[in-house]
Amino acid sequence: MKKLNYKRSEARLMKGNEALAEAAIRAGMDAYFGYPITPQSEVLEYFTKEVPNRSGIVLQAESELAAINMIYGAAGAGARVMTSSSSPGISLMQEGLSYIASAQLPCLVANVVRGGPGLGTIQPSQGDYFQAVKGGGHGDYHLIVLAPASVQEMADFVFEGFRLAEKYRNPALILTDGALGQMMEKVELPEEGSLPKTIPGWATRGKTADRERNYITSLFIQPEKMEMINLNLQKKYKALQDEVDYELIRCDDAEIILAAYGLSARICQKTVEIAREKGLKVGLLRPITVYPFPKKIINELADKAEFFLTVEMNAGQMVEDVALAVNGKCPVHFYGRMGGMIPTPDEVFDKLEDIIKKSAVETQEVAHGN
Amino acid sequence: METEVMNNGLEVVYKKPSTLTDTPFHYCPGCGHSVVHRVLMEVVEEMGIQENTIGVAPVGCSVFAYHYMNIDMQEAAHGRASAVATGIKRVLPDKFVFSYQGDGDLAAIGTAETIHTVNRGENILMVFINNAIYGMTGGQMAPTTLIEQVTATSPYGRKSEAMGFPLKITELVAQLPGALYVTRQAVHTSGAVRKLKKAVQKAFEYQKVNRGTSFIEVVSNCPSGWKMTPVETISWIEENMFPLYPLGDLKVPKD
Repeated sequence: MKKLNYKRSEARLMKGNEALAEAAIRAGMDAYFGYPITPQSEVLEYFTKEVPNRSGIVLQAESELAAINMIYGAAGAGARVMTSSSSPGISLMQEGLSYIASAQLPCLVANVVRGGPGLGTIQPSQGDYFQAVKGGGHGDYHLIVLAPASVQEMADFVFEGFRLAEKYRNPALILTDGALGQMMEKVELPEEGSLPKTIPGWATRGKTADRERNYITSLFIQPEKMEMINLNLQKKYKALQDEVDYELIRCDDAEIILAAYGLSARICQKTVEIAREKGLKVGLLRPITVYPFPKKIINELADKAEFFLTVEMNAGQMVEDVALAVNGKCPVHFYGRMGGMIPTPDEVFDKLEDIIKKSAVETQEVAHGN
Repeated sequence: METEVMNNGLEVVYKKPSTLTDTPFHYCPGCGHSVVHRVLMEVVEEMGIQENTIGVAPVGCSVFAYHYMNIDMQEAAHGRASAVATGIKRVLPDKFVFSYQGDGDLAAIGTAETIHTVNRGENILMVFINNAIYGMTGGQMAPTTLIEQVTATSPYGRKSEAMGFPLKITELVAQLPGALYVTRQAVHTSGAVRKLKKAVQKAFEYQKVNRGTSFIEVVSNCPSGWKMTPVETISWIEENMFPLYPLGDLKVPKD
């Protein structure tokens, strides 16, 4: 797990959504464009209250479509910009995100995920994992995706999100959920001014006499050129592997690995404690960057593990990436709840015991030659 | 005025503004786009605001506007040019910002963005090219296509019962309190072009006072889509477009 060296001031008790918004102001955000949607409306509310008395621009757009295109414009003008929404609104932003990724503009998006599909529910979910890490819109592209598991990380990852987005000229997404957005925890906020800002040379701020005009586009009509753009994007995604981040909890001697991100990882942390009390050697791998995905460490853990159990608040999405990384070295199981339901640590432990029992039976069957 | 003389001794009486690049326009012969591009860039040159002007190109025939206009530009998604322009203007409030869109872009897929941009009174210029057709995709029906007009997707003529009515979006935005200056111009004659240029000059001047959105509709043509010679399009505009889309100011600032 990467140690973040931002200067921190006072500790506060805050909602995840508010911590996210406060951190953005402290990170030197120039503009926020957003549209209300539960369970993340506090973000827009916080900005509309705070920004006029501090610095920056906040605008309630007429739709998520408009908001993400305002982000495109402002990011293209070299500003540090952010938007946030929840699942149905993030779906509406996919067109814009594809353009932003192609035009290689930095920006930060937060998805406070709720249960779907469709209008779904306002309860927390991890059902947008595929959309977040595989691209989401049309064409071959990726977002940089950070998955916080605490209110502290809701704040910290705003700084990390802006930093990575600007370093790689790529949109970054904070993949969180309604529970992390709504829950209150202690948070030590990074200090204002601790994230340096430069005006990029490619920004459209008016063509000065000493340079050629700058233009931002995602249109490359010649296939040879479009392929080059794609190859460059792929090169960038490869370079992103250096930014992989994850947390390992009690994995040193673990025979069973739980794999979970975000809120599911918080739950699984407790399951690890329950299992350890009962003498089971269980550890937890928590991807912090879900894109780039921590493939290497998963593959290494698979050398020693009897099996993996991936736990998600969805029908089984990250489990596909875990299985790819494990690459057949050991079984990969899945446990998930959907539609806004949150698994309990005991529920996960019960699933763990089930798998152990079943594999014991299978081992016996094999031993008896059945 | 000092006269400029070329190498071969000829006096320069008319030339390309420095705010246009050397890239030849790809537009069909007789198309109004290149005239509007030129008018915009002449004004930018004459006002000396090249360093402070940012344009937003649409999706449609003028998608490559940034290849011709020698200023900083952004290429927007279909319908979203005014949202993109909003984003630019909000973070660079001292710059001159304009969006450039066709009828499908501004008045069909981008209707919500158009109305809300004007309703917020964004301090930008919105240029709206109305040629009553989708040119780029091959001459399909546009929101501004006239009743009985034949297009690739109204092969028996536009029927209001099934396809709705021509949308007079300029009249619509003129109602909004955020609109400062709303006018309808054309480029079918040299006189019309001169009037358009005056309107563009005014619109850029209004950005200095930050009192609302300027919106210029340009009634234009599409020789390829209309399947006419450029000369034929001029009389077609006069006989068919102007009765529905009359030229002139719809809203002017009250001093």
